Amino acid sequence: MKRHLISAADLSRDEALLILDTAEELARVSERSIKKLPTLRGRTVVNLFFEDSTRTRISFEAAAKRLSADVINFSAKGSSVSKGESLKDTALTLEAMGADAVVIRHSASGAPHRLATWVHGSVVNAGDGTHEHPTQALLDAFSMRRRLGALDGRKITIVGDVLHSRVARSNVLLLHTLGAEVTLVAPPTLLPVSVDTWPCAVSYDLDAVLPKSDAVMMLRVQKERMNAAYFPSEREYSRRYGLDRDRFAKMPDDAIVMHPGPMNRGMEIAAEVADSPRSTIVEQVANGVTIRMAVLYLLLGGDTA
Amino acid sequence: MSASRAVLEGPDIHRALTRIAHEILERTKGADEVVLIGVPTRGVTLAHRLGERIEQFEGVKIPVGSIDITMYRDDLRRGPARPLGRTELPADGVDGKIVVLVDDVLYSGRTVRAALDALSEFGRPAAVQLAILVDRGHRELPIRADYVGKNLPTAKSEKVKVFLRETDGRDAVTLMKEDAR
Amino acid sequence: MIIRDVRVLGGEPVDLRLHDGVIAEVGPGLKGAGEEIDGGGAIALPGLVDLHTHLREPGREDAETVETGTQSAARGGYTAVHAMANTSPVADTAGVVEQVWRLGREFGHCDVQPVGAVTVGLEGRQLAELGAMADSAARVRVFSDDGKCVSDAVLMRRALEYVKAFDGVVAQHAQEPRLTEGAQMNEGVVSGRLGLTGWPAVAEEAIIARDCLLAAHVGSRLHVCHVSTAGSVEILRWAKSKGWNVTAEVTPHHLLLTDDLVEESPVGAYNPIYKVNPPLRTRADVEALRAALADGTIDVVATDHAPHPVEDKESEWSAAAMGMIGLETALGVVQGAMVDTGLLDWAGVAERMSYAPARIGRLAGHGNPIEAGAPANLTLYDPSHRAPVDPSSFASRSRNTPYRGMTLPGRVVATFLRGKPTVLEGKLV
Repeated sequence: MKRHLISAADLSRDEALLILDTAEELARVSERSIKKLPTLRGRTVVNLFFEDSTRTRISFEAAAKRLSADVINFSAKGSSVSKGESLKDTALTLEAMGADAVVIRHSASGAPHRLATWVHGSVVNAGDGTHEHPTQALLDAFSMRRRLGALDGRKITIVGDVLHSRVARSNVLLLHTLGAEVTLVAPPTLLPVSVDTWPCAVSYDLDAVLPKSDAVMMLRVQKERMNAAYFPSEREYSRRYGLDRDRFAKMPDDAIVMHPGPMNRGMEIAAEVADSPRSTIVEQVANGVTIRMAVLYLLLGGDTA
Repeated sequence: MSASRAVLEGPDIHRALTRIAHEILERTKGADEVVLIGVPTRGVTLAHRLGERIEQFEGVKIPVGSIDITMYRDDLRRGPARPLGRTELPADGVDGKIVVLVDDVLYSGRTVRAALDALSEFGRPAAVQLAILVDRGHRELPIRADYVGKNLPTAKSEKVKVFLRETDGRDAVTLMKEDAR
Repeated sequence: MIIRDVRVLGGEPVDLRLHDGVIAEVGPGLKGAGEEIDGGGAIALPGLVDLHTHLREPGREDAETVETGTQSAARGGYTAVHAMANTSPVADTAGVVEQVWRLGREFGHCDVQPVGAVTVGLEGRQLAELGAMADSAARVRVFSDDGKCVSDAVLMRRALEYVKAFDGVVAQHAQEPRLTEGAQMNEGVVSGRLGLTGWPAVAEEAIIARDCLLAAHVGSRLHVCHVSTAGSVEILRWAKSKGWNVTAEVTPHHLLLTDDLVEESPVGAYNPIYKVNPPLRTRADVEALRAALADGTIDVVATDHAPHPVEDKESEWSAAAMGMIGLETALGVVQGAMVDTGLLDWAGVAERMSYAPARIGRLAGHGNPIEAGAPANLTLYDPSHRAPVDPSSFASRSRNTPYRGMTLPGRVVATFLRGKPTVLEGKLV
């Protein structure tokens, strides 16, 4: 493993599989009565959250604590950051506190790269702007692997606001590394102009892609995109790109449905689809803790000098 | 330059395990409450072999499991993070049982210490015993084995390597001398 | 004073006699008493003229002042710079432009020719008092809202028409604002991967096309600032083929650097040292800009020297200021990108970096060929010098150069402003 986990592109196939295999073993720990491991005793993990994301922060916090690391939560709200302290000054403060790892969530794409130039510890990207969210992609891959087996040759469809989605970017890169065939489905306005250079296929037609999909991942669509003319109305979006019951029926019988959350039920995904046994949405949350334990263990468990 | 010689061959290992199986039966009065837990990788293989012997001798099926000690090691920071082994405890757990930890080589005792720590997270056995194929000495902790296949005096500069059919294609224990330069 | 052994525009070695701020004589083996300077075979260029400099004074003296900015210019071989209007207060009145002009005269490192704002406060709503600035002591001829685009078509038309009365020119910062809301870098392969909001080429090209048509319609002069895309070059080539009075500039950095530096560079990904407006584009754009500068479609190299203090660049990408300093590296970059590649000779460099910008800015006294009777504004340049760029040696108050540690060719040996050296042996006088 490299020192940081900032982009899914940082991971070789072997490294990605090592994380998934490690998580597989750690999942057993989550099932037993004493969930705590002594492995990271004396290590300090800082959760540096410049954006509200209680779910992701709690997931990282639980992961670090189950490995016995000391956890410091540093959120931008009510701290010096909101008073205009720069990212660099914050980084130097964390450095002085002896952070072995900094888990950073930031609204600016690339903030983790910048942080990594200012701190000695490992930097874990917990979502940066519209760039990447590698641990989400890892937990998605983990969830898929548990349901589908090895991902080589599997057909994964990602639907929604790819342009603004860090989840989509990380998933495309990681799933490609793991040998899956990814198809992005979105209205053309919500795809980057350069998407043809990505290691995936692109379609505007969800109905054509669904019958050939082993897993369908629905992305959250933010309603404010409508006001910026990315699509005309919620109704039209939902009609063309939402996963409703009729579309769900077109999927192969063993295909699964995923969503990184939080969901807009009734918009990109129908409630009964989200709650079906073929939906992994609840597992994804549990798997989040496990995969983050694996990442923290592999980054911090060994010699980090 | 280094030279290795076999200190135990297949039949020796077979005999040693047979003897240990008998000792376990004797010491635990029929092995009714015994659970064999191997330390990955070769300790697990040995635990399964011991289980089979005991079943052959007495017709009782002994639960066999594995316990990975990686996360409990005290030397994790001396190298890159290690891949994890498998932990698989018998369905009935370890509470109130006589757990026999099984490993291939006993050396500093640190692995056993880690295994005891790991085991304590899963329950409270009535007793924990230790079965080992080769005891090569040089203990750094107050730990001793209850069942020993062979005591093997070694120098610290020597390397002991265990080969087992299931993982390595043959049964043997070799001692490799690091010649002085 | 006699300057011995220089090669005018790279020609045969000659001597130059300077007297009373004028070149008195040019020729081999000049006789005479008095002070002598050994040119050591350096190339003599007419003093460089920058059409696009941000001196930051008044308002952001922590980034640059007229004094440090003109020192930086002199070290880069410049004898005149046009100071952009986006100061605080904005240079939108005769008072502000005269203040800047006077500061330049006081320090004397190079002439400072203020650029006036097109609209009050650069806000794009109401024309500034262009005539008052033109009539002031600063004699403003170039008007620009640089940093912001005059995006309102009617306002742009009026500005183009209005400046005809005093032979002015509107220098447009071509950036369609709606197409670049929140834009962070060139929209393309790299922006898509990095998740940074794209800055499409069309946002520049659409404004250039519109403004060329407007300038033709009202028969006025248009100058296009910092052209950055291959498409812009095509539009300019077409406008010039019509005989329209359109000129354009390119910055040194757009002749050399590309957008993939944002993803991969010696200073790490997302390093805002590469954040600039307009953004760095692709290799194909760089090639098109070089070709356009060579064939005259682009008239001028202008630095867009944009100083920023360290804290405005040591941040996450989206929070960082846009801009790079460039006065002290411009000639080296142009040599590397244009001369050493065979695209331009030294006469071409003199045209693009001295004659043409002086002509567009209507700067009498600058941009004249090196011959007897011309004002003694000179730059002596050693093109064989090679050294890594060391920002700590810069005269500029800021250090936001993208060339740190990069080996650039050439060195300005000496600069003369009206016969007086402002730089000798590469050092400020």
